Amino acid sequence: MSPPLVEVSGISRSYAMRSGMFGRSTAVHAVDGVSLAIAKGETLGLVGESGSGKSTTGRIVLGLEPPDRGEVRFDGKPMATPGTAAWRAQRARMQMIFQDPLGALDRRLPVATQIREPLDIHGLGSSAEREDRVRELLRAVELTPAHGARYPGALSGGQRQRIVLARALATKPDFLVCDEPVSALDVSIQAQVVNLLCDLQVQLSLTLLFISHDLRVVRQISNVVAVMYLGRIVEIGSADDLFARPEHPYTQALVSASPAPGRRSAGRIVLAGDPPNPAARPQGCAFHPRCPRAIARCASEVPVLSAVGGDRQVACHLVTGPRVERRDAA
Amino acid sequence: MSPLVSIQGLSVAFNGVPVLRGVDIALGKGEALGLVGESGSGKSVTWLAALGLLPRHARVSGSVRLDGRELLGAPATELDRVRGGRVAMIFQDPASALNPVLTIRKQLCEALALHRDLQGEAVKAEAKRLLDLVGIPDAARRLSAYPHEFSGGQVQRIMIAMALAGNPDVLIADEPTTALDATIQAQILELLSTIRREMSMAMVLISHDLGVVAENCDRVAVMYAGRIVEQAPSNQLFADPVHPYAQGLIGALPPLDGPRRRLTAIPGTVPDPAHMPGGCAFAPRCALAEEACGLGAPSLAPIANDRTVACIRAEASRRALLGIAAE
Ligand SMILES: Nc1ncnc2c1ncn2[C@@H]1O[C@H](COP(=O)(O)OP(=O)(O)OP(=O)(O)O)[C@@H](O)[C@H]1O
Ligand SMILES: Nc1ncnc2c1ncn2[C@@H]1O[C@H](COP(=O)(O)OP(=O)(O)OP(=O)(O)O)[C@@H](O)[C@H]1O
Ligand code: SF4
Ligand code: SF4
Ligand SMILES: [Mg+2]
Ligand SMILES: [Mg+2]
Repeated sequence: MSPPLVEVSGISRSYAMRSGMFGRSTAVHAVDGVSLAIAKGETLGLVGESGSGKSTTGRIVLGLEPPDRGEVRFDGKPMATPGTAAWRAQRARMQMIFQDPLGALDRRLPVATQIREPLDIHGLGSSAEREDRVRELLRAVELTPAHGARYPGALSGGQRQRIVLARALATKPDFLVCDEPVSALDVSIQAQVVNLLCDLQVQLSLTLLFISHDLRVVRQISNVVAVMYLGRIVEIGSADDLFARPEHPYTQALVSASPAPGRRSAGRIVLAGDPPNPAARPQGCAFHPRCPRAIARCASEVPVLSAVGGDRQVACHLVTGPRVERRDAA
Repeated sequence: MSPLVSIQGLSVAFNGVPVLRGVDIALGKGEALGLVGESGSGKSVTWLAALGLLPRHARVSGSVRLDGRELLGAPATELDRVRGGRVAMIFQDPASALNPVLTIRKQLCEALALHRDLQGEAVKAEAKRLLDLVGIPDAARRLSAYPHEFSGGQVQRIMIAMALAGNPDVLIADEPTTALDATIQAQILELLSTIRREMSMAMVLISHDLGVVAENCDRVAVMYAGRIVEQAPSNQLFADPVHPYAQGLIGALPPLDGPRRRLTAIPGTVPDPAHMPGGCAFAPRCALAEEACGLGAPSLAPIANDRTVACIRAEASRRALLGIAAE
């Protein structure tokens, strides 16, 4: 396997959150000790419930905000200090696409101008070369120069997301963070964008961090998938294998909850209890109040992400067995 | 058996732009019907129109019968009794459907007073029973809480409790779980199925998620550009879709197991309601389109027991699906 392009070691990030108007402020551990490695040309899918820290992880990996602890290395080097020339050079090699294409685009500018923008900002090529590059990018996302002349409002959701993709690709990045890039799109349009992303990834040997709550889409596009729960990775492994044989009880519930045509809901694992609250993370295994298989230990000991054979790692006392590695979360 | 709800030729236009163009739906007693289709295809408008909930500038025609009684053009007092009474609706946007400045008790009791002949303590007891039924822990105490004090999944449960207040015969659930996480979505859907069985209530489940509809409904209707294009028992629709759009929707869904395959994306986008193509509205995106498709809009025609399709090439489409060369 090629060396990782992106290496995340033990990053944590918490935010102060005030409860009520005069309430005391409590710390929300959005991300807590996350480590990941993404090999060149591969896609890592990040799934998990709302508030589990997926977007925060994505922002830290891109250097959009610093971690409180831990480190991100890109192409073997630590992230440069924001604002410096080294940082700008690094940033041109990594880009991000968000869920809402309309919000990411300026309604008052023709979309071709917006695709060109990163080239202008980074001063890449002559004016004529930039025009050529815009045409090439439009073609790459299967649109025409005529589409480029339009304003965002005159394009469909799927077309807008392709414009955002074209703009992200303008500086020929090596690494792309896609945060819910197809969640706002209809199924039929979603498939167009997913296919396009898969094609472009191969053609341009892109490395992707693909964030989504949609397991199907994540499996379609990812080599490796990491499952997050309340700020921590609870399971990670190769995409096909992970969804076929989830080991962590939360992953099992998640896969089982994903509805499938042709399968009746009989035998589904339905979790009891409320959705997790990031501001009040339970002691021990954060999943224990909802876990159908929890044992006494789960309420007090934090399970550590450990290899369980193959390329799979799981953080669960049941899966990793009696081998106790007592470690405090803080 | 005559259907509980029968919609025929339902058409709606906003400012002269038709958005529903002759919708036919029949719903049996206790039946669960799924309604799927692209955003903007008219899923919500169908039921808003049926219940007289569209703004004044909407032009509505056709027929909507509940137990044989016509609802379109019925007097406002009769519609008020039907809505929230025999027919309840859970709206797409739950946050907007609860009043943020009133307690849950107040809102539930209002719904109960309106549709049920209950007084005083009986109302409060019933409100608590409903919250228990939808699985809100500590219901008695939580009744005096405000909507923002509940999680997204709990708000959706409260919406269901409100909808059940009138003991409805039909529940229209418009994307009831879209904003929720997968594991919470599974909880809510299971709750809906249990309640539906216990109360022998019919349900219309509107969703863009084919999997959700497949698992929770007996029958599915697929909408495209203001019309039903295919209607079939769930298992048959997903195993053997006939309309090219229905085939496209199912082919576009990435599999969760087995080998990965390239998704069969439907090319192009949905037509703009103001510039609807003549003939079959799907023709510009349809791989099987031929000249005749542009001549007139195909109507829903039976192709098997309890299956109808609106496609003039239904047979060719079926063969294409089975991998047999068409012609
Ligand atoms: N800038 C911020 N200030 C305060 N809290 C934040 C901030 N950003 C994120 N959080 C909190 O951190 C937690 C993780 O948020 P994050 O957006 O990373 O989750 P997510 O997994 O992307 O969720 P979703 O699926 O809803 O997008 C949440 O509890 C969120 O409220
Ligand atoms: N009050 C209104 N005034 C004008 N047009 C409207 C109104 N309500 C709906 N429409 C239009 O009617 C069409 C059908 O809308 P509808 O809300 O039924 O779609 P839908 O199938 O429910 O889509 P979604 O999956 O996005 O909820 C759309 O083109 C929409 O823009
Ligand atoms: S550690 Fe315990 S509570 Fe956590 S997932 Fe495993 S069994 Fe469940
Ligand atoms: S009628 Fe023609 S255009 Fe319409 S779906 Fe059938 S084959 Fe395609
Ligand atoms: Mg997010
Ligand atoms: Mg709708």
